[in-house]
Amino acid sequence: MEKVLMKGNEALAEAAIRAGCKCFFGYPITPQSELPAYLAREMPKRGGVFLQAESEVAAINMVYGAAGAGVRVMTSSSSPGISLKQEGISYLCGAELPCVIVNIMRGGPGLGDIQPAQSDYFQATRGGGHGDYRTIVLAPASVQELVDLVYDAFDLADKYRNPVLILGDGILGQMMEPVVFKERPAKELPPKTWATTGKMGRQKSNVINSLYLDPVKLEEHNRKLFKKYQEIEQKEARYEILNGDDAEYFVVAYGICARIAHAAVEMAREEGIKVGLIRPITLWPYPKKAFEEVLPRAKAFLTVELSCGQMVEDVKLSVEGRAPVYFYGRTGGMVPTAEEIFEEIKKMRGLS
Amino acid sequence: MKVVFERPKSLQPTKTHYCPGCGHGVIHRLVAEVIDELGIQDKTIGVAPVGCAVLAYNYFDVDMQQAAHGRAPAVATGIKRALPDRVVFTYQGDGDLAAIGTAEIVHAAARGENITVIFVNNAIYGMTGGQMAPTTLVGQRTETSPYGRDPQVAGYPIRVCEMLATLDGPSFLARAELTDVKNINKAKSYIKKAFEMQLAGKGFSLVEILSPCPTNWGMKPIDAVEWVKKEMVKVFPPGVFKEPKEG
Repeated sequence: MEKVLMKGNEALAEAAIRAGCKCFFGYPITPQSELPAYLAREMPKRGGVFLQAESEVAAINMVYGAAGAGVRVMTSSSSPGISLKQEGISYLCGAELPCVIVNIMRGGPGLGDIQPAQSDYFQATRGGGHGDYRTIVLAPASVQELVDLVYDAFDLADKYRNPVLILGDGILGQMMEPVVFKERPAKELPPKTWATTGKMGRQKSNVINSLYLDPVKLEEHNRKLFKKYQEIEQKEARYEILNGDDAEYFVVAYGICARIAHAAVEMAREEGIKVGLIRPITLWPYPKKAFEEVLPRAKAFLTVELSCGQMVEDVKLSVEGRAPVYFYGRTGGMVPTAEEIFEEIKKMRGLS
Repeated sequence: MKVVFERPKSLQPTKTHYCPGCGHGVIHRLVAEVIDELGIQDKTIGVAPVGCAVLAYNYFDVDMQQAAHGRAPAVATGIKRALPDRVVFTYQGDGDLAAIGTAEIVHAAARGENITVIFVNNAIYGMTGGQMAPTTLVGQRTETSPYGRDPQVAGYPIRVCEMLATLDGPSFLARAELTDVKNINKAKSYIKKAFEMQLAGKGFSLVEILSPCPTNWGMKPIDAVEWVKKEMVKVFPPGVFKEPKEG
């Protein structure tokens, strides 16, 4: 397998084509611009569709149409654009349509800035739009993992007929790292018998819809969706624990923050502090199991995020008061150094 | 016995929820007849709007997608780009198409998106109970313009065909009135032409149909048809606004 040096955004785009993405619809926004530019160049050459929409709202509804027509489809944006897509994401979840949505997060609220952030965690993991629903949320921490998770994202979307979010940040999208595009055997996935392709000889017409005027029917539908979400929670939560075997203290961080936190953990180890790192790879479903695994010996947890504190709520919900949970965050596009996090690790040890 | 009149194949054998005197039932039938006549039922995908026609997916016997309010042209774009050899149409009302969905319709038209749009203009929001629409006439009374639409406050009606006719993308734009047999037949001929444009790969086509809404206009069905004939056509003149040049 050949290793190539690629920017995160471009590697993601290449992985999407290799994963069978047939259509891409998007709208320009920094810091994800390399992704659509790559697809604008490559899709026409490789039998796919690239279309720049008139708005984020239009782009996500084009995704709805193409997903409903049964093809693999993706859109990408950054925080303010993802807010605009929320209406469409709610409809996609209601109508159970598979697609991949990329959010290369930047600082907010409002127009914010174009620097890296993780402040869309609540929006991503709590649904984001109106109604009772969830999206699967994947949070890669390297360009290689970004590539690998793109294939998984399309498979998970098709398997569960649900949108999958890839939650990256400005650093991951912009940084260059060596990456290998592994050949992957196609997963066995359920056939899309529900797709609106034209009846093409089928007896009954297919309908893609999220309207259930009868509340009895809508409750049934919501219960069905929640059964699916429970299955996803049981089967699809992913995480990684680093330096965890003998650890008494744990830093919890995801995405690019986990990379920096790991450097801080290594520094603390050199000073003899028994600290490990929990890195959630899925943010929804949240990997509660990681906490069960370490709770018998954990004295305290430190959550580090590029936000004022969002994932820390899921850490608290997972720890359920069985150990203290501390928080350290930088926000607005500011990124902590490993030294800063190291200081926080020392504080945690002093407090617990 | 010889059958002289029957339900088009492309309509489901079911009753609709439309009010007495409403134009939607007739327009559904015209669209279904055209789909039958062109022999495209099996490869057609329709997109239903939000509004009175939201349940169109229960009435047309073709594959259907239900779109968010105003987004039908974007949804149709996604379907058509994914499956370019299929026939894709949207069915939209005036609030859906000319207010909340203005960006989507203008840009689908500008792209020359190879889809067909059936635009039902009844100058009012029907489903939500008779509010002012982007096509409500000056002076027209609605739930949200109880003293009549005042241009000083609420501006003027939008002429969709005329607006889109300034663009290079559309292949066929026409407006018909659902008032008498002659004009209903004309509406059907426009609808057929619009679908034929799509089949020939000519790009975006739209047929606007002026249609009565007796319930929300507070009129008897016959008076509502008269109002289309006398008042609506003054603001929205029927005719062809764009068609391919001969030869």
